[in-house]
Amino acid sequence: MQHLEEQEYTKQFDFELWKNLFRYTKPYKKYLIRLIFIMVGVAGIDAIFPLMGKFAVDNFIVAGDMSKMGIYIAVFSILVVVQAFNVWMLITTAGKIEVGVCYDIRKNAFRRIQELSLSYFDRTPVGWMMARMTSDTQRLGQIIAWGSVDSIWGIAMMVIMMSIMLILNWKLALTALVVMPALIVTGIYFQKRILKAFRDIRKTNSKITASFNEGITGARTSKTLVREGRNIIEFNEITDKMYHKSVKAAIFSSLYMPIVLLLGSIGTGLVLWKGGNNVINGVMGYGTLVAFINYVLRFFEPVRELARIFADLQYAQASGERILSLIDKEPDIKDKKEIIQKFGDFFNPVKKDWPGVEGDILFENVSFRYKKGEEVLKNFNLHVKKGQNIALVGATGSGKSTIVNLVCRFYEPVEGRILIDGTDYRERSQLWLHSNLGYVLQTPHLFSGTIMENIKYGRLDAGDEDVIKASKLVNAHDFIVKLDKAYEAEVGEGGARLSMGQKQLVSFARAIIADPAIFVLDEATSSIDSETEQVIQSAVEKVLEGRTSFIIAHRLSTIRNADRILVIDKGTVIEEGTHQELLKLRGRYYNLYNNQFLDEQEIKTINMDTELSL
Amino acid sequence: MNSKFKLSMQLMKGNWLLYAGAVVSVMAAGIFAMVCPLVIRATIDSVIGNKELDVPGWLGSIIESWGGTGVLAKNLWICSLALLALTLLQGIFSFARGKWAAQASEEISRRLRDKLYEKFQKLPYDYHVKAKTGDLIQRSTSDVETIRRFLSFQLVEVGNTVFMVIVVFIIMMSLNIKMALLSVVVLPVLFTFSIVFFKKIKDQFKLCEESEGKLSTVLQENLTGIRVVKAFGREAFEYEKFDKKNDEYTENVRGIINYFALYWSSSDLMSLSQTGIVTVAGIYATISGQITLGTFFVFLAYVGMLLWPVRQLGRILTDMGKMVVAMDRINEILEKEQENMNEKGKRPIIKGNIEFHKVCFGYEGDENVIKDVSFKVKSGQTVAILGPTGSGKSTLMHLLQRLYDYRKGSIIVDGVELKEIEKNWLRKHIGIVLQEPFLFSRTIKENICLAKLDVREEEMFEAARTAAVHDVVNEFDKGYETIVGERGVTLSGGQKQRVAMARSLIRSCPIVIFDDSLSAVDTETDALIRKAIRESNKKVTTFIISHRITTLSQADAVVVLKDGMIEQYGSHSELISQEGLYKKLWNLAKGSEKAV
Repeated sequence: MQHLEEQEYTKQFDFELWKNLFRYTKPYKKYLIRLIFIMVGVAGIDAIFPLMGKFAVDNFIVAGDMSKMGIYIAVFSILVVVQAFNVWMLITTAGKIEVGVCYDIRKNAFRRIQELSLSYFDRTPVGWMMARMTSDTQRLGQIIAWGSVDSIWGIAMMVIMMSIMLILNWKLALTALVVMPALIVTGIYFQKRILKAFRDIRKTNSKITASFNEGITGARTSKTLVREGRNIIEFNEITDKMYHKSVKAAIFSSLYMPIVLLLGSIGTGLVLWKGGNNVINGVMGYGTLVAFINYVLRFFEPVRELARIFADLQYAQASGERILSLIDKEPDIKDKKEIIQKFGDFFNPVKKDWPGVEGDILFENVSFRYKKGEEVLKNFNLHVKKGQNIALVGATGSGKSTIVNLVCRFYEPVEGRILIDGTDYRERSQLWLHSNLGYVLQTPHLFSGTIMENIKYGRLDAGDEDVIKASKLVNAHDFIVKLDKAYEAEVGEGGARLSMGQKQLVSFARAIIADPAIFVLDEATSSIDSETEQVIQSAVEKVLEGRTSFIIAHRLSTIRNADRILVIDKGTVIEEGTHQELLKLRGRYYNLYNNQFLDEQEIKTINMDTELSL
Repeated sequence: MNSKFKLSMQLMKGNWLLYAGAVVSVMAAGIFAMVCPLVIRATIDSVIGNKELDVPGWLGSIIESWGGTGVLAKNLWICSLALLALTLLQGIFSFARGKWAAQASEEISRRLRDKLYEKFQKLPYDYHVKAKTGDLIQRSTSDVETIRRFLSFQLVEVGNTVFMVIVVFIIMMSLNIKMALLSVVVLPVLFTFSIVFFKKIKDQFKLCEESEGKLSTVLQENLTGIRVVKAFGREAFEYEKFDKKNDEYTENVRGIINYFALYWSSSDLMSLSQTGIVTVAGIYATISGQITLGTFFVFLAYVGMLLWPVRQLGRILTDMGKMVVAMDRINEILEKEQENMNEKGKRPIIKGNIEFHKVCFGYEGDENVIKDVSFKVKSGQTVAILGPTGSGKSTLMHLLQRLYDYRKGSIIVDGVELKEIEKNWLRKHIGIVLQEPFLFSRTIKENICLAKLDVREEEMFEAARTAAVHDVVNEFDKGYETIVGERGVTLSGGQKQRVAMARSLIRSCPIVIFDDSLSAVDTETDALIRKAIRESNKKVTTFIISHRITTLSQADAVVVLKDGMIEQYGSHSELISQEGLYKKLWNLAKGSEKAV
């Protein structure tokens, strides 16, 4: 978890980045313009209220003339109503911008995620992408919408108040504004420190969460190692750190307000002193004095707001950088322009022009390496005829998955080419290949929804009968109809309500329903209960029949039934042939067989308590 | 309720003074804040103006002794300075409040976290077998946070608001009763409105959270299942699915924002109306001479001071209900009975002679899963345990570490009844490598040296070599400093097992249990590890749960378990001459050789 921590961004304001980000406000331009008017209006009325006080003091109280009282009340009421309306307008308008920007960013980012190649996902943790799409997007939407609101208000408020004060009495205004620079500097300084302190706390807090996680999931291990005591001591160190950091942050934030208030009251004091003298000397009215005191008291609020936005911007800038790094990421595998023109892209395929797939696959001098890694495949040649079953056998990291990844075009050869039915697959669209591919993962992945929906994932226009037919073919029908709602049963998040074996069967049905010409199977290693095992084995046999298939095989029966077995080591085929042929070689396959497959049979023997042979 | 009270007392212990200090400070700060407008009032009315000075007697006499208001008028800065001094005092107290409240509440949340963590460490093994990790973490983090927020902010804030309202109202009443009543006339409405609003909006928030949850489920499933999405060419389908949820969520957020627009505009309308009422009434009162200009100013300032906290009060009060729930949820964990580790037990010298005699065991409330198991192991011997899933192999081994205590029968370790041996002592002398070992996200080095202090590097290498993991680790870029689980470095199941073995071996226990842990590595490595252990020349009693005939056949004795009972017991040569599971396995292995 810890390595997913956000990096520190101390960079200065990045104008280019913000320009780039503000492209997301384009559809909301009219709201932004409206917002400017509203906010200036809000600030204007906010700034007028002290003037209303001055008017009252000068005209009513000092002069004692009540003739204008009716108008005064009317104006005051209008101001109140208009201001309330303004507030309503500003929140709904800024809300539209916030919500719209977030929506657009999420939409764009998700679209880009769909376009990115698998290489990206192999490098990028899911949590990282989740955070970009959730908290970062939210933060950005907020700063764009509400940051605009507050900064327009803050600036307008300051300008208007300053103007009014200067007009009323420029000397006194300048005296009152003496504290301004100090106010701004303090504001920015504290906001930054506070933000940093809180970021620190968040980091420590995620350490605490991680420790709780380990403390709970690792509790059994800790017990057997008698390590509880030291775990507790180590945990106490973290909470200790948390305590000190939190108190420090609290000290900072509780220092901030008093200092701002104090600076503000220096302004008030100066006004009271100098303005009071003016009143005593008769050069200024009571009303102006009261108005000035009111203005000075209100002055620190816009300053504080602006300082906060300034600090927030830097934080949001980091979010923006990360989001853009995702949205602007170019996929490693892209169909050529003319191919897209001919066959369409992911979102607008031109299916009528797609050629059919027979399933003859040829690796021609294929070399491959992952980014900055060493070569995994070198001058690899392989011809798989239509309908052949190929079992790939070898240790972890031998290159089995790479071959499968290349067949699926999740990665492309660095050198050489892969031909499907005699044509380089780069001359077709990715979607064309994937639409003709059946794929079953080692750990089956289902989506929330019903079993019906999950199986239809393999062919969107399939009817219910098709689903039942496919399920029957892979022996899934029997368990499905026994479920509470049969095909309409919810599988839960990630298929959590089904057992491992059930999930596998559903994923077989899903892969088979489109009747793909090419089939890829990454067999599960973990042993499931022997009864399901039997069911799955017969499902595998049926699924592979008549399809060109690549199997990363672990089960003896699957391997034995394959048309060809390739033993892969360090990216090359070291042995090749049928089961019997390979056993006779007494080489690597023979060894593997003895170890791995004997293991499998032993477990079966123990659990089923029947005599087995090989 | 009682236990919750007890917990609260425990948490507050030692923090009362800080808390009291915070409360006193918040009130003091409030009072000074309230006095500031009074100073301005006096200045406007009596120093600049010529009204009779309306201040407490002692202050009046001080001012008189200086030469009266006339002197002040010539030296207006004194009034300003008074204002400044008052603000400074207000600042100091509000700082003290912030600091003390933070110290108290942070101390309390630290205690709470520590207590919870300690509890997790001390709960019995069985609790953790059944534990729902996600829920426990939720309680340890967000529930603690709810309590922290309540203590550090909400409680003080509510107290502060109530205090302010009362004191301000009293001062206002003493200045002018009619004006005072007019100044608070809208406040009850505002308060009720905010309570009703925040209660009402809860449903909308819930709706919003739900749709957010759905959105992130779609996202999460898409990301974790990206291979499936790509292999089936479902990019466009997923995009539409996401878009729909994105739409729903956006609609709900918009709903909330619209609610808030309504709330803030209405409450602004009320607040400004309150100001308007005071302004107009103040004008009349001032003209008719009921109040002075300065008093008018004070009323306006006070109304401004009250409006905001009262608006906030609704939000805080509706939020405070969560605290009780959080407290309950935490208490539920803290009340669970923990494993008794402090009992004074025997500490015999453990050499590894073990005798099971008619041992019976069943999990709480369940039937026996171990039934009348008896066998003997001499120090230094290796015993292999064989049996189908659920036959009780692991359970039997867990009994040895006293992770569970047996019901009947006895287990004698080096002449002492197991139950009489101190748990810590026992566990220090028995190493067990669990079926699913847990590695901590620290360096490999730290993981291996987890259970032993001051390990020499050579010792660590030795343990790693024995567990056949030394070469693997050295191949990593950072070697032993590699952090487990860090991006790019994921250990395979077998590698994890081997690190766990090294972690156990480094402790040099006289008894070692491999709970099916060798099965996760391939047969050759399995053999290498066992050979290395044998050759390390230590007299170690070893238990190995395994299904591999090669492993079983090399043990001094094999126990075949079925349904919690010993079905067969004996050495390799004894067992191959009996009909049974062992022989079947043996035939299988022989057959595999013949098949070639």
